[in-house]
Amino acid sequence: MDQHESTYKPGSRTAKWWDERLPVMRMMHGQFVDFPTPRNLNYFWTFGGILTFCLAIQLVSGIVLAMHYIPSADLAFDSVERIRRDVNYGWLIRSMHAVGASMFFFAVYVHIFRGLYYGSYKAPREVLWIIGVLIYLVMMATAFLGYTLPWGQMSFWGATVITNFFSAIPLVGSTVVTWLWGGYSVTGTTLNRFYSLHYLLPFVIAGLVVLHIWALHVAGQNNPTGVEIKTKSDSVPMSPFAVMKDLFALGVFAMLFAWFVFYAPDYLGHADNYVEANPLVTPPHIVPEWYFLPFYAILRAVPSKLGGVVLMFAAVAILAFVSWLDTSRVRSTKYRPVYRWFFWLFVITCLALGYLGAKPAEGVYVFWARIFTFYYFAHFLLVMPIVGLIETPKPLPRSITEAVLGKGAGAGSPVAAAASPEKR
Amino acid sequence: MIKMTKTSSIALAGAMALALTSAVPAMAAGDGPEIAKKKWSFSGPGGHFDKNQLQRGFQVYKEVCSTCHGIKRIAFRNLVQPGGPEFPEDGVRSLAATYKVDELDGNGKVVQRPARLSDRFPSPYKNEAEARSIHNGANPPDLSLIAKARGVDYTGPIWYHPVSMLKDVVTGYQEGGADYIYALMTGYKDNAPAYRRDATGKLTEVAETSIQRGDKTILRCVSVEKVAGKPDNCTAMADGMNYNMAFPGHQIGMAKPISDGQVKYTDGTAATVSNYSADMAAFASWAADPTHDQRKSLGWQVMLYLLVTSILLYVAKKRLWREVH
Ligand code: HEC
Ligand code: HEM
Repeated sequence: MDQHESTYKPGSRTAKWWDERLPVMRMMHGQFVDFPTPRNLNYFWTFGGILTFCLAIQLVSGIVLAMHYIPSADLAFDSVERIRRDVNYGWLIRSMHAVGASMFFFAVYVHIFRGLYYGSYKAPREVLWIIGVLIYLVMMATAFLGYTLPWGQMSFWGATVITNFFSAIPLVGSTVVTWLWGGYSVTGTTLNRFYSLHYLLPFVIAGLVVLHIWALHVAGQNNPTGVEIKTKSDSVPMSPFAVMKDLFALGVFAMLFAWFVFYAPDYLGHADNYVEANPLVTPPHIVPEWYFLPFYAILRAVPSKLGGVVLMFAAVAILAFVSWLDTSRVRSTKYRPVYRWFFWLFVITCLALGYLGAKPAEGVYVFWARIFTFYYFAHFLLVMPIVGLIETPKPLPRSITEAVLGKGAGAGSPVAAAASPEKR
Repeated sequence: MIKMTKTSSIALAGAMALALTSAVPAMAAGDGPEIAKKKWSFSGPGGHFDKNQLQRGFQVYKEVCSTCHGIKRIAFRNLVQPGGPEFPEDGVRSLAATYKVDELDGNGKVVQRPARLSDRFPSPYKNEAEARSIHNGANPPDLSLIAKARGVDYTGPIWYHPVSMLKDVVTGYQEGGADYIYALMTGYKDNAPAYRRDATGKLTEVAETSIQRGDKTILRCVSVEKVAGKPDNCTAMADGMNYNMAFPGHQIGMAKPISDGQVKYTDGTAATVSNYSADMAAFASWAADPTHDQRKSLGWQVMLYLLVTSILLYVAKKRLWREVH
């Protein structure tokens, strides 16, 4: 779609004046108004817009929180309570930010699994996908840093446990950890630097999002059939078609968001984080936020500390390689009768790991965590390459138009339709 | 084919919703004692505090708990504000005046003056060390955030766990703290449960009524542990501790704080431990969340606005896409 020309027409003399000097409006028009989008997108394609909304909510609510928050070991906890009680609508802003982090991850998980199901990581979208994985990684770092800020028991002990992972690095481990902490344990110094980074990283995410969308608009959007746009009838202009659909989906998502903000603001959090950090009292169960639980389960499934840390990071890193691990000739799992089963097995595996991550690392829980950790990696390293090679895909529709309107419509003759699933 | 996408779409959406609700750590531990969910005036999306109940709860706090527990995050003015106990301002002003707070005088000396509406409740202790030295090493926590700092663990069967979580989300269950406080205050027993050891070393719980005076074979255990190949292990209660059904580990440093008839209610509510506990739990819930009523009433307005907007957007989208599909 890189050849796509903007149809922008300056509407006034000022607009024309600008257009000759800095054609941003022309660019925006080309990228976000008449940009061609596949006409068969389903609601899973609305999550990109939803994620942009989430980032905006985190930025705005975060900047307001930062006006009242005090990053000091003595005052952080009290300052968050002051925000909840004494700042006008502080409870709302605080709740939006805390719930917003969970909503952000919920949306990103839908977005990632969408990509995995429809093969959106396959050529020519590898770079787009990898930038996505980077965004996810920085999001995780941001959320982890943010969670330490209220300086409750889980904040403090979560930070202690997670930073301690780095001590598993051979030779330099303990030096690295001391350097991260700015001392010999998690203290106010650590809190201060975490705050600084927590303020910084969202802007890094925003920059990565720009690259992500750029890469998207070079390759064009994938769609449920995985068949590329071929003719004009395969696409509709982004505005008003995709925009209106996105707005409706956003409205529904906002209702889910608001439900948590207003009626279950603490549901996604942990009661222990309303107890001020106390380095002398270890909570009985240290558990991370729900969106980290599958990785936490993988970490604890491995008997060696270093091994656990390596596998945990590998679990995220492996996502960056799926474009090459998947050997299938077709993109969309819809046309992959064998892989489909494995896909759902993988979804179940992630849910199960999430459940196990919340359980104490003992007895049957460890046993199952090992089984599911094995499948987690086997899915990428064995299933993706092997199933892609041996499976016979179902016939693909000849074009997007045909998929929407039925055989006989759209480009080309319907006879050849079934004949070309091998197209890469 | 369209049908297939629909089903798998719904399945994927369902799986994600399950992930969101079922992976919540707060209820994850599952080893706490079972605590009943009570119906509160402030339960659920339509709930709001009952100001009479909050007033009674404050009375219980003031007359009983305040000797040992502070509520340092509450300012006297909060007792007047809407959505709280809404005591008359004059009364609270004179109540505040009975407390003393520190202030610097013109010479830089610390002096004490009567508290004003804008002051917060002073703590009963100078610091934690003083609190611990008074209470046999235990630290009575400040009660202004306790309702949020405690919760209820899920104790049912695994398969029902996701259903129970989804139910909590849909009903907006946020009263775990209140349920815990109620269970704690009503959960005292004079003694730890009685067990009898049989010839094989196994401990079996026996009913209080079947115990004879001076029966030497009776053991009192806060917890019983099975040890493979050995007699069961009985953990006896430590000195100065009290048996409580709701407290994790069952032995608590706080003696039963309140008994029937101890606080005289003036509004006709029966003076029972059960009522005291419910009222105090409600008061603690308000103290932890003084903007609760505002939150829930604004919530409906926002939800309604979003609902109408979404419906309009849906209609607009449908019309627009009619040409395409
Ligand atoms: C004689 C002093 C005293 C009085 C009076 C008292 N408490 Fe306590 N309370 C304590 C102590 C000491 C602890 C700490 C117990 C422990 O950690 O073992 C405590 C702990 C608690 C806890 C925390 C339990 C937990 O989960 O950690 C709650 C809730 C509580 N008290 C409520 C009350 C209420 C409500 C009242 C008034 C009806 C009250 N207390 C009256 C001494 C007192
Ligand atoms: C990628 C976007 C972001 C994510 C995922 C995120 C995540 C989080 C999380 C999980 C918390 C802890 C909330 C709690 O449990 O109380 C938090 C707190 C905080 N964040 Fe963010 N955040 C983001 C962006 C920002 C931005 C842009 C700012 C400011 C510029 C900011 C400022 C704060 C502050 C001041 C707190 C502490 C107050 C509190 O705990 O409520 N955040 N963040």
